[in-house]
This record gives sequence, C-alpha cells and structure tokens, in this order.
Amino acid sequence: MNRFAALLDRLAFEHARNAKLRQMADYFRTTPDPERGWALAALTGALSFRHAKPGLIRALVAERVDPVLFGLSYDYVGDLSETVALLWPEGPSPRAGAEKAQNAPRLSEVIKALATLGKAELPGQLSRWLDALDETGRWALLKLVTGGLRIGVSARLAKTAVAALGDKDPDEIELVWPALEPPYVDLFAWVEGRADRPAVRDPAPFRPVMLAHAIEEAELAALSPADYIAEWKWDGIRVQAVAGRRADGAPVARLYSRTGEDISKSFPDLVAALTLPGAIDGELLIVRDGRVQSFHVLQQRLNRKSVTPNLLAEFPAHLRAYDLLADGEEDLRALPFAERRKRLKAFVSRLAQPRVDLSPCVPFSTWSELMAARADPAAAGAGADAEAIEGVMLKRRDAAYLPGRPKGWWWKWKRDPFTVDAVLMYAQRGHGKRSSFYSDYTFGLWTDGENGDELVPVGKAYFGFTDEELLQIDRFVRRNTVNRFGPVREVVHERDQGLVLEIAFEGLQRSNRHRSGVAMRFPRIARLRWDKPPREADRLETLERLLPPDA
Amino acid sequence: MRPEDLLCPTPQGLCCPAGDFFIDPLRPVERALVTHGHSDHARAGHGAVLATAETLDIMRLRCGEDCAGTMQAAAYGETVEINGVRITFHPAGHILGAAQICVEWKGLRMVVSGDYKTAPDPTCAAFAPVPCDVFITEATFGLPVFRFGDARAETAKLLHSVALFPDRAHLVGCYPLGKAQRMIALLREAGYDRPIFLHGAMEALTRYYAARGLDIGALRPAREARRDELAGAVTICPPSALQELWARRFPDPVSVFASGWMRVRARARQRGIALPLVISDHADWEGLTATIAATGASEVWVTHGEEDGLVRWCEMRGLRARPLRLVGYGEEEDEEEDQGAAAENGAAAAP
Repeated sequence: MNRFAALLDRLAFEHARNAKLRQMADYFRTTPDPERGWALAALTGALSFRHAKPGLIRALVAERVDPVLFGLSYDYVGDLSETVALLWPEGPSPRAGAEKAQNAPRLSEVIKALATLGKAELPGQLSRWLDALDETGRWALLKLVTGGLRIGVSARLAKTAVAALGDKDPDEIELVWPALEPPYVDLFAWVEGRADRPAVRDPAPFRPVMLAHAIEEAELAALSPADYIAEWKWDGIRVQAVAGRRADGAPVARLYSRTGEDISKSFPDLVAALTLPGAIDGELLIVRDGRVQSFHVLQQRLNRKSVTPNLLAEFPAHLRAYDLLADGEEDLRALPFAERRKRLKAFVSRLAQPRVDLSPCVPFSTWSELMAARADPAAAGAGADAEAIEGVMLKRRDAAYLPGRPKGWWWKWKRDPFTVDAVLMYAQRGHGKRSSFYSDYTFGLWTDGENGDELVPVGKAYFGFTDEELLQIDRFVRRNTVNRFGPVREVVHERDQGLVLEIAFEGLQRSNRHRSGVAMRFPRIARLRWDKPPREADRLETLERLLPPDA
Repeated sequence: MRPEDLLCPTPQGLCCPAGDFFIDPLRPVERALVTHGHSDHARAGHGAVLATAETLDIMRLRCGEDCAGTMQAAAYGETVEINGVRITFHPAGHILGAAQICVEWKGLRMVVSGDYKTAPDPTCAAFAPVPCDVFITEATFGLPVFRFGDARAETAKLLHSVALFPDRAHLVGCYPLGKAQRMIALLREAGYDRPIFLHGAMEALTRYYAARGLDIGALRPAREARRDELAGAVTICPPSALQELWARRFPDPVSVFASGWMRVRARARQRGIALPLVISDHADWEGLTATIAATGASEVWVTHGEEDGLVRWCEMRGLRARPLRLVGYGEEEDEEEDQGAAAENGAAAAP
C-alpha cells in the first residue's frame, strides 16, 4: 500500500501526460503481482465497494487528537483526508520506519477487506491500517475508502502505461480488456512476453476505431469527388455498439466510447435496442420528437452520475449508424466502405429499432456542391437536424476499416468556427513546459454596466497560438499587469489600452456558472489583433444572438 | 522579578533593558545580539553586533563589510557578560552559525531559540536543549500536521525522479542560505557524485560553507552550462526562480521545492511544484514540543509562526504560554528570494 500510495502522490502533482505514463510504467515494472494488478484496477476505476463517510473519519481522529488542535490543523490544511493523514499519531517510536513498513497492509489486502467488511467492522480495521501506514499511505488509504481518488489519470492512460511495459499498442490492451479481471496477472504476463495473449472470450468485444484527418478547402482539388461518399459530421459522441451471444446463448450488448471504455451503464436505453449480433460504428445523439438535439443537450445527459427514469425520458439516447464492423460472427472490416455501407443499410433495417437509424449520405458530384451543402446543411437535406451538424465527412469508397488514423481514407471537413473579438482581462501561468509563461487567458466582451460600458468575462482559452505568439502575449502580460491575485495577473483592459484576441469557438450555450450567462465550446485564440483598440472589440449582445433558440 | 523585567517584547524585537541590548532586532539599534544570518533576523545598520563568528561572516557576505559599527564573535558555550547580564550562545541546528541565546540575570534564565531544528544536519552544529526558566521559541511549524520525516528519504525521491526522467532538468528550489547547502550535502551523502549546477544567488554562500569544511563535490554555475548538460542534472536555485524567465533555459524542467511547507499538498500545488520535498530547517511539531519539555521551562513565549497551536499544547500541559506576535520574522522566504533574484540577474547580465 505504501508503494501504491507513493505512486498516487507523485501522479497527483504531475501535469504532463508523458511524465504520468513514465511514473505508472515504472511502478508496474517494479511492483510484483498481484499488487500492481490491484493498483491498475484502482487507476482504471474497476473497483467497487461501499465508500466510507467523512463523519466516520472525523470520529476516528476525534478519539486521538485534541479537538482544538484538530480544528486549527483542518483550517490550515483544508482537506479532511490529508489533515487526518498528517495528524494521525505515529505511536511510541515515531520514526521506526523499517519495522513499520513490515506491518503495513498490502493494497490487495485492503481492497479484499473493503469488499467484504461489514459496516460495524470498518472503523476498527481502518484505524489498524492507519496505525501501520506512513503519511502518504494514510492519505492514499483515506482517499481510496472515501472515493476521492482524483489524480487526473484516465483508464485509457493507465492501460497505455501497461502497454508500454512490452511495446504493445494500447488498442491491443483494449481488445483483451473486457475478458480480464483484477488483478490482471495474465495481462502482465502477456505484456511482458511470459505468456500468450489472454483469450478473448468476450462475445461483444471492442474493435479499435478508425479516425479521420482534417482537410481544408484548398486540399480538395487534388481529390476526385467520384472516389468519395460524403456524410454529415454529427456533433455527438462517437460510439461503438456491439452485440453478441455468450457460450450459453445469453445475449450480450455493450456500448463503447471511441477509446474502448465501456459506457453501457450510462445508456441502458440504447443498449436495450442492440438486439442483433454485430458491431455498429456511429454517433450517439439525443433525439426528441424525431429531431436531433444540440451537443449542449447531450451534455446534460453526459454529466449525470446516476441514470434515473426521468433522465432517460427527458434525454432519449439514439444511435446514428455510419459503419458496420461485424455482422453476426462475420468480420466486415476488410471490405471496401461502399460494400460495408450496403451491409449496414440492410442491418439497420433488419434491426428495426427506432433508436438506431442510418446516417444519411450527402449527395454531391462536385466539390462546390458539397461546399454549399456544408455551408447550409438545413437546405441540403438535414432539415431541423442541421444544428447538430459540425461539417461533413468524406470517406473513400474503397477504404477498408483501419484502426487508428491512417492517412488518405477518411477526411473531416469541419464547418468554419464562429469568431468573436474579445479583450484580454486576466492571465495565468501554465503548467509543465509552459510553467514560466502566462498561457491561460480570460477574455471579455463589452456590455452595459452601471457606469457605462464595461467588460464582462466570457471565457478562457489556453491554446490556438504559436510559440512565437505565446512569447508576445507573455511579454505583454508582464508589462501590462495592473493587479495580482496569487498566480493570476489582471492585465490592463481599458477602452484604448489592452490586447484584443480573435477567439474562435465551435458553439455556444447558456450557462449559470458564468457571469456573462454564456459558455463557449472549444474556445481558442485564432489571431492576435494588435491592430485593434479594445473599444472596437465585440459586445456580449453579438454573442447572445448566436445562442440556439432552444438552449 | 518577572521575566518581562529581563526580556520584554517591543516593536523593535526582544529588548533587555538591564543589558541594554536587543535580540534579533527588526530595526537598527545600538547593540544587537543576532541568532543567525537569515535576513529577517540579521539586519544591517546596528551599532554593535554580538553573534557567532559564522553568523558575522554571513552578515558581511550578504550585507557588506560595514554592515555594523563593531562586531564581536561569541563561541558556542562561552559566556559573555554585558552590564551584569550573562549571555551564552548554544547551537540551534538551524543553519551554519545559528545559535540559541541564553540570558541569565539575578538567578533567572531565559533562552531565545531563534530558528532551530532538532533533526540532524551535516552543515551545522547539532541542536541541544538548554535548561531554563522561560523558553522563547519559534513556531513556524507549530501545528501537529507538521511532522517531517527523514530528509534522506526525501532526497531519495529526488534521485529516483532524476533516474526516471534522464532527459529532464531537475530544478530544486532552496533558500539560498542553509537549505541550498544542506541539499547539496544530502545529495552527496546519498552517493550522488555528478556536478550540481548552481543559481548565481547561491554561489558565494556555498563557497563559504565549503571553506568552513563542508564537502560539496563538483559544483558548476548554471549560467555557464549548455542546455543539454542540464538535462538529467540537478540544479539548485531560489524558490522564486522556478517560475521566472530564468527557468526557461532548462530542458522540460521538473520543479522541485525543498521546504517544510511542502508537507501540505495544497501549498505545493499552488506553486505549481511537481515534486515537493519535505525538508525543513525548522523544528517540526514533535521537535518543538519535545524541546519545550526538555528545557524544563515553566513558561513559554512563542515568537512567530503558528503560535495558536503551540500555545494550546502548552496550556494542555499546564505550562504558562503566551504568543508574542512579533511582526517581521518568518519573512525570510520573501526576502531571501529577492536577494536571490538580484544576484542571478546581476550575474546573468554578463553574457
């Protein structure tokens, strides 16, 4: 447990993805089975046990520490688990590290005990563990038992670290993952070359997805329209819907994210509609009364922790199918796209589920026709669904379904982003390589205030600029700071003094969390407008006109 | 006689009317006794200064040869009498030359701890508690959450990270006086024998420590190093430099900070530290409370830091305790950093 705790402690401070990978890979390489497997389970969220309540932890510490000293300490530290970990009495020989390490519980013991312990036994067991662990161990234990393990590592990242142990592709891990269970001894044996690949007995496996490259208008001239089929690019989430039968004949259906995470639990309504064995690649959307809703509406369903009947009724999940990877037991991925598309059409009509439909093709014979359709999807056949369209997809008729992002087969041609000219108001230092640079920017638009026009913050952007532009903005921030709040600098933003940023964004929604009442999707810096005085920047009303009527 | 008749807290610092001197005065005075060389305790401009020889050397190094009218050195354990007040300096274990000052008059013994630590430190004389009637202690880390483990284990964390990221520079934020040299000593003790790179703010003080016998191994100024030499190497700099323009010349730096404040995760996060090392030159909670008990003092005054926690602890044990709430100590972080930045910027101005 102490080693796992040390890993969590390091991960919690590390910002860079590659550094996190290196930390995890180092841990997996140097930690024996089954401990590392349980750690992998904890990192990938594969553990389930009833979490301890903060009240229980407080009660434990109250038996050991003066309440006044506890209060002063908690005020100072600000986090209950950490305060208790730091305060927990170390016993008679406080710094006898070696002897103590021998008594420290292993992660596997802790996890097994948590799964079986009764409620009445938990406090006693918890305090015995706390007595035996070091500070970092106590902190990690308390985070684990209270369910507050937030260290910025996704399941995918943890699997990628495992793949790095044996030069495997993370997608290969995803393929076998559904067949595995903690503590993953067979997985590590395979990755380290000591055993064969674990048998995939999973009747509804994930297949690595095929991704598209972005394309610009100018690049189209080199391509022949006749080679391609065009579809709308839907603004939902990419999913893979797989159904099959177990050895005993029982049906299995699963919904995967594009990285292979099983998200079936969040969409039982859609999973129930997957009644034909096969694997569909498509877009998950919310459809109400036959109309596709905007991404903003979909987000309201995504952000919920528990799936309630109300939620299911209010946000019905829908699958818009655009590819078929398997039909029954037959793997279709080697077929040309035009062929798969025919099979898909037949599959969807056989399935006959109202929640699953075919993503329509966009007919065109020249690039300018397609350009017109992309500019106005509503008029080009998408009708009222146009709001959920963010461009068009181009797929070569002869393209096999290739995992990853192979060049030359699939293209995404996104709708032009919205832009607005905003004024830089605050800047904050970034992390990692950018740690000395002011690289996170809060920008604002003009609105009517009590004393005439004032700027109201509308968003934050931290990418879109070149390295050279970053240097320029950083210099501007350092020379034009009017106020400091911890790591944040307030930058001059007067009518005639300040920096105007052209902000590009993908969409807009109402938000109660922002003072301006709006929130942008994907805001980024498109250009620096050194030429423009702040008074000529846009007004909040301009932005509000872009809000969809239903949002 | 009340203890306040021997030493009384004033806005200028602790004053001894009978001896006509101040201890660690915050403003220039006629006669000052100085516990150690950190700038919040050792200020320039006093008429006469009594301190250990090392503290006097450090004051000259940092504030110039003429930073005081006259300077008199006191050896550890040697008793000096001023106007009938007997004064003895004892090792405080904080930094090189740091002392506790024991003041005795008419049978009353009071000890001013200055800043101190009880943990081992190869760069200075070891702390020993001094029996007294009234103990005047610091309380920088006067809360039970501050429990510092073995500094060698923290050093091992740093070396593990260096091994794990051989392509990244490791920038270790350390206060230029004391912590920087202790960090170097800890690295050498752990068997790290590669050159350690130094920020300009540390150079003179580190040379002084070496001249006093500290084995520091190969050191090189960071400003003369090529970028590729800094990858996989350890560079020691003032904490403020971690986020300044200075840090940009380093390849993909890992920000490290060696300080007792790193005990609290939020403190490390606020400063954007990727690798916090809990290494402190102050006593932790157990050091503070064990020392109070060991002095046998029946009354405790707390000069600065987290006074409330320590006063509460004393009261629970039936000791008289009062916070002095002296304003001006514990700011060494800011002041040391300003000095550090100035030193390197001056040094870096030459290409």
